[in-house]
Amino acid sequence: MNVLVYLMPLALGLGGLGLAAFLWAMRSGQFEDLDGAGWRGIHDPDDERDQT
Amino acid sequence: MDSAVAVAARPDRLEGFLKALDPSTAEIELAVDGIHCAGCIATIEREMGEFPGVVQARLNFTDKRLRVAFRTADANPTALIGRLSDLGFSAHPFSPIRKDDAADVEQRRLLRALGVAGFAAMNIMLLSVVVWAGHDTGLDAVSRDFFHWVSALIALPTAAYSGRIFFDSAIAVLKRGRTNMDVPISLGIMLALGMSVIETLNHGEHAYFDGAVMLIFFLLIGRTLDQAMQRRTRAVAANLAALRAESVTKCLPDGSLRDMAVDMVQPGDVIVVQPGMRVGLDGVIEHGVSDLDQSLVTGETAHQAVRAGDKVYAGTLNLSGLLRVRVLKPYSGTLLADVERLLAKATEARGAYVKLADRAAQLYVPFVHATALLTFLGWLAYGLPWSQALVIAITVLIITCPCALGLAIPAVQVVAAGALFRIGVLTNSGDALERLAATDSVVLDKTGTLTLPSSEIANIAALPPTLVGRAARLALASRHPLSAPIAALAPAASPYPTAREAPGEGIRACDHGQVLKLGSVAFCGAEAEADRLAEIYPEASMVGFSVGDERIVFAIRQPLRPDAAEAVASLKAAGIAVEIVSGDRSRPVAAVANGLGVACWMAGATPSIKVERLHALRSGGRHVLMIGDGINDAPALAAANVSMSPVSATHLAQAQADFLLLGQRLSPAASAIRIAAKAKSLMMQNLWFSVIYNLVAVPIAISGHATPLVAALAMSGSSLVVMLNALRARQAGQKS
Repeated sequence: MNVLVYLMPLALGLGGLGLAAFLWAMRSGQFEDLDGAGWRGIHDPDDERDQT
Repeated sequence: MDSAVAVAARPDRLEGFLKALDPSTAEIELAVDGIHCAGCIATIEREMGEFPGVVQARLNFTDKRLRVAFRTADANPTALIGRLSDLGFSAHPFSPIRKDDAADVEQRRLLRALGVAGFAAMNIMLLSVVVWAGHDTGLDAVSRDFFHWVSALIALPTAAYSGRIFFDSAIAVLKRGRTNMDVPISLGIMLALGMSVIETLNHGEHAYFDGAVMLIFFLLIGRTLDQAMQRRTRAVAANLAALRAESVTKCLPDGSLRDMAVDMVQPGDVIVVQPGMRVGLDGVIEHGVSDLDQSLVTGETAHQAVRAGDKVYAGTLNLSGLLRVRVLKPYSGTLLADVERLLAKATEARGAYVKLADRAAQLYVPFVHATALLTFLGWLAYGLPWSQALVIAITVLIITCPCALGLAIPAVQVVAAGALFRIGVLTNSGDALERLAATDSVVLDKTGTLTLPSSEIANIAALPPTLVGRAARLALASRHPLSAPIAALAPAASPYPTAREAPGEGIRACDHGQVLKLGSVAFCGAEAEADRLAEIYPEASMVGFSVGDERIVFAIRQPLRPDAAEAVASLKAAGIAVEIVSGDRSRPVAAVANGLGVACWMAGATPSIKVERLHALRSGGRHVLMIGDGINDAPALAAANVSMSPVSATHLAQAQADFLLLGQRLSPAASAIRIAAKAKSLMMQNLWFSVIYNLVAVPIAISGHATPLVAALAMSGSSLVVMLNALRARQAGQKS
């Protein structure tokens, strides 16, 4: 069970990393425009046809 | 609605909308209309980005708002708005003043709490799976205690941070001597955590840290969904306010004129109202003669002649002459006095409605707590030591903690509001869906609700085309609102260069030695023809046109919404009683009612008569939906069980309405009732599911078999079932 000594902090650290990433994403405004992000994803900047 | 301060696009007036980023750059936020797809995003951002002086342009597609940062020396907001207008998008400055309002802060707090709870739930569940598996594979007691302690270390701070949203609400409601769902939730979380800590201290086998944290996580999902729905509503409503920019022309003491936002004008100031403009504020006419279209205020379509000394109300349209008006009330107080009084009374009456969720909580809370108490006493009488009896009683509270119940209603509301949004109905408040579902009567206003706010020529087919063409060319020179539908017929002609406005009468011009006149019937000497037309089109306003001895009269009316008949028919088909209550004269109302096949109608209704009619219907046991747009409808909207307004409605009506119809069509109202009924039935299904869940789970808990594993499975399983069921509300929207 000695393996727990470093596995536990590792597991928590990884989870914490995910949490930090989420909080960072939120702070940098990535949840402000959820619909727009979807549309931007399918837009091809090289496609000149939809440019008016 | 009034959170956004909006003004006309004049350079000197836009200063207040700028946010200085540094001494040489500023940022402005614009509400943009007409964005539909990825192409719009790309076009706007590219064109604005290439605009000289612009540092950055970023479009928020969800809120339909564009944020532009620019160097103040090289660009100005008016030019930016002009460029957008060239691209085909109308844009209006959006006030940054209230942007970071309490709701936005609340939403961010919820998201953070959700993130923390999600992190904690995942990690604790990881540890719990080990402990559960260990029961069978012989995990030693030291390791189990270690896992429990680590879980406690994660769960306790999480509950303190994320759980506070429920604790705060529970404390607030208890202080007022009432109860809601947050009370059993808070109690359940705290008891679960407290008991688990004591169990862990005593090297016990069962700790409920996972259950407590998962409960917080699932319930926060429900809250976040709820907030997301409200946020979208707020964003659309605030954009509407900005797009319907209201400004007035103030007459300064030195005689010069200046445009400004309506809320910057003080009582005692003098404003100038040009023909074709709306009167921005309540006041008294100091100088000038004109006709007013009061349809937005009273529903009356006949025009009222006014002169110096008469009172005018905000929202009325000045038709013919220039008016100087001394303002009596500030913008916030702009309201007919009796409308204000009726509104206050009607809003009070509405307050009696108890939300479904709160009613469920009122039944649920005493039941659950009584069960837990009886369990404790029962086991005590059976001869168990009090500590064990207490543990079992607490597991009853944990397992009945209303996880599914907390999601049952908000999840459906969010999905249904999304379905409504797709058919063009904006939901202002969550509980409005429950009230809309029960609708069995619809009361419609006529002017602006059944009819469109724009005008058409009713008798165009009967008029000689050559004369119409000349009238249209003459109408191009007029700013009178009634001449707009005539001018629209002009065959790409320029206005007559000799056209001159005759104040209060019309417009005249000379062409090839002939005198052309367009204006009031008397001005053109066409009374006989106008009287004849008034018989046929009682709801129409008459505009005369004469060339030499030839005279024609245009009957101009507000056309019915294109699908008004269809909407009324589908309401009737659904077994809903339809009636029209209008402030207009009886002949035009009768004409519309007959055309739509509505047998029950009432004309000449003042705001108080409208409210009385609604009270009469409601006391007759009817559940009434009111659809109206005018200031005169506002008290009736507030007095109805549930209310709806077209998007062209006055601010006041929109503020009272539970739903807004976003397009020109009226039939989404009928579809909305169907979706709401479906949503209500799904809510009830979810509530009943929660009851059944408890009927199964509670006996297990009472018998003392609710281990942490059982609790985790039961709680997450029931929440998932409820959420999946809520998704079925989407189908109701797709069928329509």
